[in-house]
Amino acid sequence: MKKAPKTIDDILASYPPHPQNLISLLQDVQTKFNYISTEHLALICDYVGIPVTRAWSVATFYKSFSLEPRGEHEIKVCLGTTCHLKGANRLLEACERALGVAPGGTTPDLYLTLDTVKCVGACAEAPVVMVDQDYLGRASISSLKKQLKRR
Amino acid sequence: MKKIKNAAELQVLRQRLLAAQDPEQPVVRVCLGPGCLALGAEKVGQAFKSAIRSKKIKAKVQPLIKETGCHGFCSQGTLVSLSPANLFYVRVRPDDVAEIVETSLAQGKTVERLLYQDNGTSYRSAEEIPFYRAQQKIILKKVGVIDPRDINDALLAGAYQSLSKTLTELSPDEVLRTVEVSGLRGRGGGGFPTGYKWRRAVDNARKNPGPVYVIANGEEGDPGAFMDRAIMEGDPHAVLEGMIIGGYALGANQGFLYVRHEYPIAIHHLSIALQQARALGLLGKNILGSGFNFDLQINRGAGAYVCGEETAIIASLEGRVGEPRTRPPFPAQEGLWGRPTIINNVETWANIAHIIERGAEWYTQLGVPQSTGTKIFSLVGKVKNSGLVEVPMGISLTRLVEEIGGGVPGQPRFKAVQTGGPSGGIIPYESKEPFTDYHYHPSDSIPGRKEISVDFDSMAQTGSIMGGGGMIVMDDHDCVVDVARYFLNFLQEESCGKCLPCRLGLKGMLEFLDCFTRGQGAPEDIDALESLGRALVDGSLCGLGRAAPNPVLTSIRYFRDEYLAHIVEHKCPAGVCRDLITYSIDPEICNGCGLCAEDCPGACISGKKKKAYAINAAACIRCGTCQAVCPVDAVRVA
Amino acid sequence: MTPKKKKPKMIKFTINGRQVQAKPEWTILETARLNHIHIPTLCFHPAITPWGSCRLCVVEMRSEKQGKIIPSCLSLPEPEVEVFTESERVQNVRRWVLEMLLAECPASREIKDLAARYGVTSTRFGITDPKEDCLRCGRCVAVCHEVVGVQALTFGSRGVKKQLETPYRIPNSACIGCGCCVSVCPTGALQNRLDTVRGDLSRRTGHGFAH
Repeated sequence: MKKAPKTIDDILASYPPHPQNLISLLQDVQTKFNYISTEHLALICDYVGIPVTRAWSVATFYKSFSLEPRGEHEIKVCLGTTCHLKGANRLLEACERALGVAPGGTTPDLYLTLDTVKCVGACAEAPVVMVDQDYLGRASISSLKKQLKRR
Repeated sequence: MKKIKNAAELQVLRQRLLAAQDPEQPVVRVCLGPGCLALGAEKVGQAFKSAIRSKKIKAKVQPLIKETGCHGFCSQGTLVSLSPANLFYVRVRPDDVAEIVETSLAQGKTVERLLYQDNGTSYRSAEEIPFYRAQQKIILKKVGVIDPRDINDALLAGAYQSLSKTLTELSPDEVLRTVEVSGLRGRGGGGFPTGYKWRRAVDNARKNPGPVYVIANGEEGDPGAFMDRAIMEGDPHAVLEGMIIGGYALGANQGFLYVRHEYPIAIHHLSIALQQARALGLLGKNILGSGFNFDLQINRGAGAYVCGEETAIIASLEGRVGEPRTRPPFPAQEGLWGRPTIINNVETWANIAHIIERGAEWYTQLGVPQSTGTKIFSLVGKVKNSGLVEVPMGISLTRLVEEIGGGVPGQPRFKAVQTGGPSGGIIPYESKEPFTDYHYHPSDSIPGRKEISVDFDSMAQTGSIMGGGGMIVMDDHDCVVDVARYFLNFLQEESCGKCLPCRLGLKGMLEFLDCFTRGQGAPEDIDALESLGRALVDGSLCGLGRAAPNPVLTSIRYFRDEYLAHIVEHKCPAGVCRDLITYSIDPEICNGCGLCAEDCPGACISGKKKKAYAINAAACIRCGTCQAVCPVDAVRVA
Repeated sequence: MTPKKKKPKMIKFTINGRQVQAKPEWTILETARLNHIHIPTLCFHPAITPWGSCRLCVVEMRSEKQGKIIPSCLSLPEPEVEVFTESERVQNVRRWVLEMLLAECPASREIKDLAARYGVTSTRFGITDPKEDCLRCGRCVAVCHEVVGVQALTFGSRGVKKQLETPYRIPNSACIGCGCCVSVCPTGALQNRLDTVRGDLSRRTGHGFAH
């Protein structure tokens, strides 16, 4: 497997300098640095040869990109149909109350980001909450509190 | 790995792999599909590996542990199958592993308590279980059997045999005609005849010589649908092989796998598959010595449901925002970088190798005339047996939900089924209006009743669509007005916002639904909503907007009474819509523990310890916390 | 002797029952306008590539009993089809779009007038911003990109959150202050927010930062 890229230059060098690679570059930067900074956006634009406006529209269009730093840990409440039928929105509200942030927001100490996701494919275990890469099936307010305490 | 230079060498490799197999070797297949993963299947797999290492089982051949893709029976996860004993264990937890290793692997006996049990019967093997018996696994046959990270395992199971046959025996036009005759229709939801689309691309490329591209649509955005995920994670070579064969037929040398960003495991498994296929020379230059060059790359989606639309995928691959384009021109005429492009769903691609292997005639015998082949569904929601199923097209809806799904558990009734995700509709179990004469099955249980056939055209006639395969069962604790509102809200967030009918119309329709779920509005508003829905169907630029009114329009068509109950009687019969329900504590059952009052965010529950507590209905925000924490189920919703 | 110019094969079809003819590259909208048949538009502008976002120009094209609703600014007529600019389905799309636009852009005089011409004088939908007059038609973005070549402004976000803006929502130094965006804006919305795009021009040398 390819070695994980270490710096922004590594990331840039792993794609040919064409505008069509804009999204792949943004994704790698997002994964590596947890968000896309002003500097990195400008570097990507220079590399592929597009004006910043084009990168701006792409970075703000797609949900997986964040222009603000995200938290160390992510809580994703699944709002898929089955999870909705099993009360996911109540679970989300409980998280909002507990953390004091709206979906998409990050706690001021940059520790936790609360987000929503639509379907992780674990519908038999609805409602599902993901804490980083771990799944919490048949989630309830109490089981979620336990998970949060561990981090 | 050595590159395979021609078809003969491929057979030699396969024979060698087959010869190295020991049929007596015990194989433990641990399901690492999405459902089981959520239940901790990874730990089960690790437990097996370390148990076998430390146990040192006295056997001629040490057991082999395979972590596979989805076995399908998600509600019974984690699933573990043993061969050649042909044992199927369900609900396996890491703590159970030691017993399985000792009892089944070392002693060859059965762990009775881990067998699937239903209605007093214990089932030793998967084929006997009703959930599996009515299925016909063709696309999913290898999923749950092979190790998706090992191409040798895929080769053993027959991968790339069809590619070999294609490159040595068939011309591109013969492949094209086979796909046309098979009647294969797009499995992503559109149901467009695949062969017809391919033929258009070939004709356009002839008129306009130059590159042709193929794309796999893995942006499986419908909530509740994970068919494509199971294929990409569990049998990635099926997709690769289909695309290489397709590339050959279409004259394409470059393909793209557009995979949803939310599926990192699928991306990982596809990457491994690509690497291994390239190493063996099954991808790249001069495949199997045929002179045909073809390669694939993976592009990740970036969190946009709209990128499940063909022209939006193209925009995304070109590094642009995922805004669809008006059609014509269709991608088969002008697609990626203006060139003829074929975009097919992952499941559609996974069908190709089978059609080539056994022929178009064979394929047409499966399913029904206008909808040939099988279809994979994710059967979820209020159903006893939920998971991934593969059935021939044309199966009756009731058979799917009741025989395979096991029906709705407990007291509630089977009310409706939601198909096709946000672009689909809500179809009732019982309907006063006759559905259609298109395809129907006489009901086994209710004389004179027609049951819906699950095929493209019958589903379209109900006002819904087949869709990608998401099939969500609803019971009478689910409110159709709420579900219609849920889908509109979903689509509003996913709309690209380019065209007015969709951008403004989804918001407008949502305003109507918000009113209804609050018990407001007038009966005429239902007609207005239908009219607005028709404006979106006619005026929207792309399929997202055009299909967006489906859940609303079908729910009005079949459940108008439920809408009227909300608007006129200010009641939510299913007990869901927050403004129309009241929470109360049953004083007979309440044990006075006070947990509800502690956790109530609105501090509106009062009482004394050991005496019945009460909710202040006026202050209650209906968050449901009290019901969730009550240990004796004393909270009532009405 | 000068060679005879080849006459292009004209495409014959009808609009509202009237026989019209179009050259092969003409859209239905162009053909209608040449024949003085009125079709409303908002996002269409002759200086830029048609985008097809407002959908007000939709017409119904009928052939062999099947009627399709298509955007006339982008669609080429097929021979012998019947095009209707005022069919029931067309009017339905138009009226709903206009009623929703009244709620979306309550501050725009132009939209009020356009809606009134089609009998839409009030809206039942909620008004989020009483001062809003930008309908995200995309003309300004297109003209800056295609005609001026500077790409100083764009759309950010998507769906109902789609906004006309510049990167980081600060004035963009790429803007050369030519005013083309203002001149193509159908409602004057850009006039109101020009300073958010252009910023301070006093120090500009006239050499733009166009890529």
